[in-house]
Amino acid sequence: MIQLNINGQDQQVDVEPEMPLLWVLRDTLGMTGTKFGCGIAQCGACTVHLNGQPVRSCSYPVSAAVGQKVVTIEGLSTDSTHPVQEAWLELDVPQCGYCQSGQIMAASALLAKIPKPTDKDIDEAMTNICRCGTYQRIRAAIHRAAETGKGIGSVIHYMADGHETTTIDSQSTFNA
Amino acid sequence: MTDQVISPAPRQADLDSEKRPLNLSRRSFVIAAASVAGGGLSVGFHVPALADNTPAAGNQEVNAWVVVKPDDSCVIRVVRAEMGQGTHTGLAQLVAEELDCDWARVSVQQITAGQNLARNRVWLNMSTGGSRGIRESQEYVRQGGAAAKIVLLQAASNLFGVPVAELSVTKGVIYHAQTGRQVSYGQVAEAASLLPAPDVKTIKLKSPKDWKLAGQPLKRLDTAMKVNGRLKYAVDVKLPGMVYAAIKACPVFGGKLKSFDDAQIKTLRGVKAVLAVDDNAVAVIADNWWRAKEALNALPIVWDEGENRQITSESIRTNIEEGLTSNNNVFADTNKGDADEAISKAHKRIDATYITPFVSHACIEPMNCTALITKDKAEVWVPSQNAEAALAELAKSTGLELSKCEVYNQYLGTGFGRRGGFQDYVRQAALIGKQMMGTPVKLLWTREEDLTHDFYRPIGHCKMSAGLDKEGNLVGMQIRVSGHSINAYSAPHNIKDGKDRRQLQGFWMEPHDAQYGYTVPNLKIEYAMRNSHVPVGAWRGVNTNQNGLYSECFMEEVVHAAGKDSLEFRRALLKNHPKHLGVLNAVAEKAGWGKPTSPGVYRGLAQFMGYGSYTAAVAEVSIKGNEVKIHKLVLATNCGHAVNQRMIAAQVEGSVAYALDTLQSEVTIKEGRVVQSNFDTYPIARLKQMPHIETVIAPSFDFWGGVGEPTICVVAPAILNAIYKARGTPIRNLPLKNSGLKIV
Repeated sequence: MIQLNINGQDQQVDVEPEMPLLWVLRDTLGMTGTKFGCGIAQCGACTVHLNGQPVRSCSYPVSAAVGQKVVTIEGLSTDSTHPVQEAWLELDVPQCGYCQSGQIMAASALLAKIPKPTDKDIDEAMTNICRCGTYQRIRAAIHRAAETGKGIGSVIHYMADGHETTTIDSQSTFNA
Repeated sequence: MTDQVISPAPRQADLDSEKRPLNLSRRSFVIAAASVAGGGLSVGFHVPALADNTPAAGNQEVNAWVVVKPDDSCVIRVVRAEMGQGTHTGLAQLVAEELDCDWARVSVQQITAGQNLARNRVWLNMSTGGSRGIRESQEYVRQGGAAAKIVLLQAASNLFGVPVAELSVTKGVIYHAQTGRQVSYGQVAEAASLLPAPDVKTIKLKSPKDWKLAGQPLKRLDTAMKVNGRLKYAVDVKLPGMVYAAIKACPVFGGKLKSFDDAQIKTLRGVKAVLAVDDNAVAVIADNWWRAKEALNALPIVWDEGENRQITSESIRTNIEEGLTSNNNVFADTNKGDADEAISKAHKRIDATYITPFVSHACIEPMNCTALITKDKAEVWVPSQNAEAALAELAKSTGLELSKCEVYNQYLGTGFGRRGGFQDYVRQAALIGKQMMGTPVKLLWTREEDLTHDFYRPIGHCKMSAGLDKEGNLVGMQIRVSGHSINAYSAPHNIKDGKDRRQLQGFWMEPHDAQYGYTVPNLKIEYAMRNSHVPVGAWRGVNTNQNGLYSECFMEEVVHAAGKDSLEFRRALLKNHPKHLGVLNAVAEKAGWGKPTSPGVYRGLAQFMGYGSYTAAVAEVSIKGNEVKIHKLVLATNCGHAVNQRMIAAQVEGSVAYALDTLQSEVTIKEGRVVQSNFDTYPIARLKQMPHIETVIAPSFDFWGGVGEPTICVVAPAILNAIYKARGTPIRNLPLKNSGLKIV
């Protein structure tokens, strides 16, 4: 039996010590918010926190997680109110959404370490793949969560009828 | 927002309106194959369209598209797949616009393929590709919303005993001003469901200029569950007693499974079975996926790799190069004037050959499918761009009648065309499920399996020649595309008289879909089909990506030879095509074309057309050593009507990341198989590589164009043209590493 602490709960799992944490989370414990993308720590879809550090769980043996505090997307907040989640909602970041658990875990780990990251900090920390290409909004949402006042989200020039031009910045919110 | 806002296709049919089961036999459908650009295979059912739009009695279904519950919440049905492109929200906006319901109470429900079939395909086409989700559904979904409003108003009219003309609606509440009475949609929905549906010919849709919900940059309906990990994709499906399958197909395309020796692995922990799948793959079934995958990796497998083992990238390219100059198996789609003579007699001649490689979709959610097969029912949970094609594949693979099959399509972790034309993962899961009768099996591919068994964007070469007169005017042009045909692989019946026009997408003369915008007095455009054994398919943007690159990069060489300005030269050639010219002018204005750039920063320009929309781009790039930095991209689109500017911008922004594949990624072939196996050898664009992106939406309100694909084709040529300006020499052989460059 392997003892784990996941999202503040103690858990026991009967698995091989070399089984990657990702598959313990997904198949053994049914916590499917953490995603499989590549299996070789390249894409970051499987990112979780171990003692606050971002870790790619597809390539992390479960035995190495013993004694550490594991936090997954399910445990980042109980009600989607982590500042990163709120910024993601505000800027409508996700497209297909599949990689976003990993993106959000990477971003929240970055902000825990560097509360006011620069664009360069974001470049270096946010190496997760987003195949939909939501990167511009991810960058803007991290700045939004950090309240740095920086970072441009979507810039939209709407030229209806070829006359009027409206510039829309997704840092504004729209509601019908 | 609550979790109820979205509901992927449920397992249990919760529509109680399946009053006319059709009991179609397998003979009653055909895999018809669509010729539409980007779509690939679709299924043609021999049943009438729009057969039954009247709801069953005594429920809240106002019509097939609209359900209003007693609490006034409004469920809008959709059948197109949601893979991130935002179509579910956009379609809901269009229905809600006509319905005049309260947008805050709207949710979306995805219909299953079986439900669509059982009701004579009342929801029509489920195929989602070719940037068709909005443009080819907009009319009938708006009619569905409008028809629902008509019967809801009639029900209120009957209730109040007043003429419909005296009623008004605001946010799902019907008012009678004279008497001060009001009633909500939810209160009259059941009565409305009993009324006859209005004749579709009498329905007058709103003018897009009067839209209040559609045409607005509303937020997506499906974001809440994408930020907390609660959205269940097909890969997350869990059924009671479910087991897990990992699979390996023969690494050489066309090769077969010869034998495997499961003695070593069948006693490993959790392993339940080792199975042959079709004649070319082997699967290990275990109690979790990691054990299945590990056991499969340890399984000795003997493949019959066949003759294709001899094929390499070099042999494929030799064949394609032959097509650049050959007179055999070549057709001219356009032959205006005499391009040969005009170029040979021209004051100045420009020649170039461009090369683009195979690339992979690399969907972030690897191929997967969960199947539960019993002797009289087949069910799959799947991420498919065409649930009906999945249904047809399921029937074919299990031998069960269509009416005994069901496809629960889930939200897709991207699609890009990979999950539309081919339902190979459905077939594999069904064949495994048949061997595990009664036990649900989740088949999941490794990334390695995914990258090496894709339907790739085909390799292509393009040889172009142009002639300029003394004044630097373009007098003639020849364009010869040689390469692998997608239709030859996926839909050979779309090739008429040996002519595969689809490979010339974007070089077509006819208007509306993918029209070549330039007017050249002497013009010859040809295609030489040169196929290989590599499976090919629609890759987001399909042939417009390569053809746009060829067209716009070569045009820049012509501009350079003429010694003219990139914008002015194109403007002159586009004067007969005002919509092409319109987006070019829009992008030039917003990008500040002609104004000074920062030191060391160069601009490049491109325009092209595909999927019914007009696009143009300006890139700003600098180069230091071998490192290319893309600073900024301004991207303009005229998609006719703009249903949601925020989501259009998301598609445009995403198109930039996807287009970087064109510049930095490459699938190569050695010993008949794909060399690249994962993201360490197949680069995908990362955040730090992304430029600042500005989207220019310039709708002309007189047509419906696509959005998901058309921008991709101008991104790479705009960047390449900026690199050309910076270096002084064009890049003709992709990816960029062939020129010693990388994007940082």
